[in-house]
Amino acid sequence: MGTTEAAQTPRTGPDRRRRTGPAVAAATLLPLAGCASDAPSALDPAGAGAQRVEGLWWLLFWISVVVFVEVLALLVWALIFRRGARTRVRHGQPLRFVTIAGAGLPLVILVAVYGVSLRDLAALGTDPGPDAPTVEVTGHKWWWEVRYEGVAGATANEIHIPVGERVRVRLRTADVLHSFWVPQLMPKTDLIAGETRETWLHADRPGEYRGQCAEYCGLQHAHMALMVVAVPRPEFDARLARLAAPAPAPSTDAERRGQQAFVQGTCAACHTVRGTGAQGRVGPDLSDVGSRWSLGAGAVPNDAGHLGGWIANPQTVKPGNQMPPQPVDAARLPDLIAYLRSLD
Amino acid sequence: MDTPAAGADPTDRERLAENWTERPSLRSWLTTVDHKRIGRRYLVTAGFFFALAGISALLMRTQLANPGSDLLSPQQYNQLFTMHGTAMIFLFATPMLFGFGNFLVPLMIGSRDMAFPRLNAFGYWVFLFAGLFMWASLPFGAAPNGGWFAYVPLTSVQDSPGLHLDVYTLGLLFLGISTTAGAINFIVTALKMRAPGMSLNRMPLFVWAIVATAFMVIFALPALNVDNAMLFLDRRFGAGFFDPAAGGNVLLWQHLFWIFGHPDVYIIVMPGLGIVSAVLPAFTRRGVVGYPLVVLAIVAIAIISFGVWAHHMFAVGLPQVSYGFFSAASSIITIPSGIQIFAWLATMLLGRLVLRTPLLFVIGFIVTFVLGGVTGAMFALTAFDQQVTDSYFVVAHFHYVLVGGALFPILAGIYYWLPKITGRMYAERLGRWAFWLVFIGMHVTFFPMHLYGLFGMPRRVYTYPAGLDWDGWNLVSTVGAYVLAVGLLLVLVGVVHAVRRGRPAPPDPWGGDTLEWSTDSPPPAYNFPVIPRVHSLHPTWDARTAESTGPGATADRILSAGRRTPLTSELDGRYERPVEMPEASGKPLVLALTLLVLFTALLFAWYPVAAAAVAVVAGTVAGWLWPGRRAEART
Ligand code: HEM
Ligand SMILES: [Cu+2]
Repeated sequence: MGTTEAAQTPRTGPDRRRRTGPAVAAATLLPLAGCASDAPSALDPAGAGAQRVEGLWWLLFWISVVVFVEVLALLVWALIFRRGARTRVRHGQPLRFVTIAGAGLPLVILVAVYGVSLRDLAALGTDPGPDAPTVEVTGHKWWWEVRYEGVAGATANEIHIPVGERVRVRLRTADVLHSFWVPQLMPKTDLIAGETRETWLHADRPGEYRGQCAEYCGLQHAHMALMVVAVPRPEFDARLARLAAPAPAPSTDAERRGQQAFVQGTCAACHTVRGTGAQGRVGPDLSDVGSRWSLGAGAVPNDAGHLGGWIANPQTVKPGNQMPPQPVDAARLPDLIAYLRSLD
Repeated sequence: MDTPAAGADPTDRERLAENWTERPSLRSWLTTVDHKRIGRRYLVTAGFFFALAGISALLMRTQLANPGSDLLSPQQYNQLFTMHGTAMIFLFATPMLFGFGNFLVPLMIGSRDMAFPRLNAFGYWVFLFAGLFMWASLPFGAAPNGGWFAYVPLTSVQDSPGLHLDVYTLGLLFLGISTTAGAINFIVTALKMRAPGMSLNRMPLFVWAIVATAFMVIFALPALNVDNAMLFLDRRFGAGFFDPAAGGNVLLWQHLFWIFGHPDVYIIVMPGLGIVSAVLPAFTRRGVVGYPLVVLAIVAIAIISFGVWAHHMFAVGLPQVSYGFFSAASSIITIPSGIQIFAWLATMLLGRLVLRTPLLFVIGFIVTFVLGGVTGAMFALTAFDQQVTDSYFVVAHFHYVLVGGALFPILAGIYYWLPKITGRMYAERLGRWAFWLVFIGMHVTFFPMHLYGLFGMPRRVYTYPAGLDWDGWNLVSTVGAYVLAVGLLLVLVGVVHAVRRGRPAPPDPWGGDTLEWSTDSPPPAYNFPVIPRVHSLHPTWDARTAESTGPGATADRILSAGRRTPLTSELDGRYERPVEMPEASGKPLVLALTLLVLFTALLFAWYPVAAAAVAVVAGTVAGWLWPGRRAEART
C-alpha cells in the first residue's frame, strides 16, 4: 500500500502516528490495514485530507484497544475469581476506583484526543488558496455534474485533478441532499439544497479514487458513484483544454449516422454534446462519454454492450433513474453506440 | 381515619381481591387498567413489532449477501430499511422498556398501580394502533421510505409523492401521544406513589432510570412533533417551512430532528442501563457500587444529552466553532456512562457471581456496549466523524450501542422477570443456548460493518458492486444475522416453553433486593396485601422492611376497603393519605380508536371525517374528565 510522503504538507503529525499504526495493527487486525486491497479504503489514503483522518483513526484505535482490554480483563477476573460458594461477598463502596477509572482517566484521554482532533479539523477546513483550481460539482438524482471554473464544458461522474495540488471543490445540489465522499482523499461534505459548500481534494500519487454519494438521496442512492482521477499537471491541462473545445467530430459513416440520430432524436432533448445541436440540460453532458469509467454513475461498466442496453432501456439497468427508455430503431442503435463511443 | 390493625388478615385479603381483581371476560380484557396486564401487553406488542423489524432486517441482509443481487427492488429495500429503523426505535425499544416500566415501577416502589391507570391503558391502545397504522402501509407498498430521520427535501411531496411520508409523520405524531402520556405517568407515579419510607435516595436505580427517561421524553418529543407537523403541513398544504424556494430552510428539519433524536438515543439506552442495575444485585449478591454516583450519572446524561445534537450534522458544513463546542460536549457525555460501567464492574469484582442467563446477558451487554461506546467517542471528534458517518461504520456503531445497550438488557430483563411476570421458571439450558447464539450472531453481523464502512461502503444502499472488497465481509454479516435470528427464536421458544411448561416460580427465585420480589409470582391484582414501610435501599434484603408487613402492619397500609393505595411526599416518602384508584373503563379504548380514525382520515385527506373524529375526541375527553359521582371514600 502506498505510504508515500504526504506531499507539500509541512504538518507531519499524522504521518508520525501512522508509521507504527498499520504495521502493528496488520498483525492484530489484518483486514483493517487495508493492504493489497481494491477497496476505496479510508485506511489507504492517497492525499493530505484522508491522511489526517487516518492518523487520527490509528490513535483512536489503539486507545480503544487499551480501554476494551482493560474492561475485558476486569470482567474475566470477576468471572474467574468471584464465583463459587466459597467466594465471600465484600460490601465495600470503592467510590475512588469508580471515579478514577470511570471518570478521571477517561476525562484525561478525551481532553487529549479532543485537542489533537481540533488540529485535524482545522487542517481539513483550511482553504486551498486563491490559485487553486476549482471544480464545480452539482448533485443530481442520481449523478454528479462536474464543471471546472473558467471552462465552458461539463462532464459527469468523473473529476480530474492534478497530482500534488489542492483543488477546491464547490458543492451544490439541484434537488435533494447528497454527500460528497472520496474516502481515500477527503472526508464527507454534504450538498445542501439552497446553499453552497466547499471542500478540497488533494492526491499525492496518480490514480483513480472511487467516491460515492453518502447521504441517502432516494431510489438510486446506491448508484451514485464518482471517480476522482489524479493525473500529472500537463494531462490535467490537456483535459481542461478538451473540455473547452467542441466534442470530437464523427470520423466514420456509422458515427455520422449516429450523430444525426442523436441530434435529431429524443436524446438531444436532455443531453448536450458540445459543438452540435444537442443542448439538453436535464441529463449529463455526453461530450466525453466514451472515455468515462462507467455508465449510470457506477451502475454498469462503460462498454458497447452496456451502452446499448442502457440506451434501449435505462430503467432495467438503474430502475427509477430520470432517463426514459428510448424509442431507437434497432437498425440505428449500432450507429448511435459507435458515435457515443467515439466521444472522448 | 383508620385504626391500627394487626397485619393483613384473611378478610382483608378477601376484600382486596374482590376490589381489585378483574374477572376474565372480553369486557375486562378491553377495559382493564391493571398496570401488570398493560405492562405485559406492551411487552408482547413491542416484541411483535420487533419480530417484524427483525424480519425486515433479515430480508435486507439477504439482499446484501452478495453484490448486485436483485432479490429486492430498490423500492422494497428503501421501505424495509426505513421501517426497520423506525420500528426498532419507536415501536420496539421505547415501548418495550415502557412495558418493563409499567409492570415493574409500581411493584418496585410498593404501590398498587400507576398514578393514572386509565391514562396508562390509553397509552397502550394508542401505541398499538399507531404501530399497526405504520406497519399496515407496508403490504400496500406505501410504507415510509425516507430513512428513519426522513431528511427534507427528499421527503418533500415533490421528491416523495404518495402516502409514504404521510404515514411517517402522522404515525409518529399519533405514537407521540402515547409516549408523552406514559412519560407523565411514570414521573407522577415515581414521585407520589412510593411506599412510605422510600425516600428518593432509596428509590431503585431502575426507577431512577425510568424517571430520567420520562423527563427526557417530555423535553425532547415536542421537537419531533413540531418537525413532523411542519412536514405534514408542507406536504399537504404547501406551507414551505422546509422549502428554500419559499424562504424555508432544509437544515431546520435536521436541527429539530436531532434535538429530539440525540436525547432519544439515551431515551432508549437509559432504561436498559436501569435494567442492568436492577439485575446485577441478585446475581452478585450485593448492591450496585456507588448508588449516588450512578444516580448522578443518570441525571447528568439526561441533561447533557440535550447539548450534543449537532454531532449528527458534522458533515453538513456548520461553522467550525460550533463543531468545536458540540464535539467537546459529545466527548464529555461518555463520562457518565463510564462511571456506570465501572460501578457495575466494581460490583462484580466485589460480589459473588451467580452465572445464570440474566447475568450472561448483562456481561454480553458490557462487552458490546463498551465497544459501541469507544466508537461513539470517536464519532464525537468532528474530523473522524466526517470520514465515517453515513458509512457502514456508523451502522456498526449504533447497532453496538442499541443491540448492546437496549436489546441485551431487555433480554436480561426478560429472563430475570419472567418468573415474576408469568409465575413460571424458564429452562436454564435453553437460555444459555439463546445467549451464546445471540451474542455470537450479534458480533459476527456487526463487527465486519466497521471494516467495510472504513473501506468506503455507504449505508442505505440496496446493492453494491463486486470487486471493492466489500463482498466477503457482507456475506459474513449476513451469516451472522441468521445466527442472531436463531438465537432470538430460542428466546421466544424459551418464553413460550416457560409459560406452557415452566415450573411454578416462588415469590423470590433469585434473592432479589427490590420490592417486586416480596410479593407473589405473579403478583395478585392488588400487588401487596400490605404496603411495606421501607427502611433501606434494598428493602427485600432488609429485615425491618419485611417486618413492616407482618403483624405490626397498620391499617393505613392495608387499605382493603375500595381500591386504595397511599400517596407519599415527593422527596422523603412521608405518608400523606390514601387515594382511591379508578376502576376499569372503556373510555381509553374508545378515545384511542377515535384517534385512529382521526389519523387515518388525515392520511387519506377525508377532512370531514377528521373533523367529526375531533368532535368525538373532545366529547370523550370531556366525559372522561367529568367529575364523577364517585362514592365517598369507603371504609
Ligand atoms: C436484530 C438484529 C438486527 C439486524 C440484523 C439489523 C440489521 C440492519 C440493517 C441491515 C440495516 C440497514 C443498513 C442500511 O441499509 O444502511 C439496519 C439499520 C438500522 N437498524 Fe438494525 N438490525 C438489527 C437490530 C436493530 C435494533 C435492535 C435496533 C434498535 C433498537 C436497530 C436499529 C436500526 C436503525 C435505527 C437503522 C437505520 C435505519 C435507517 O437508516 O433509517 N437495529 N439494521
Ligand atoms: Cu445521493
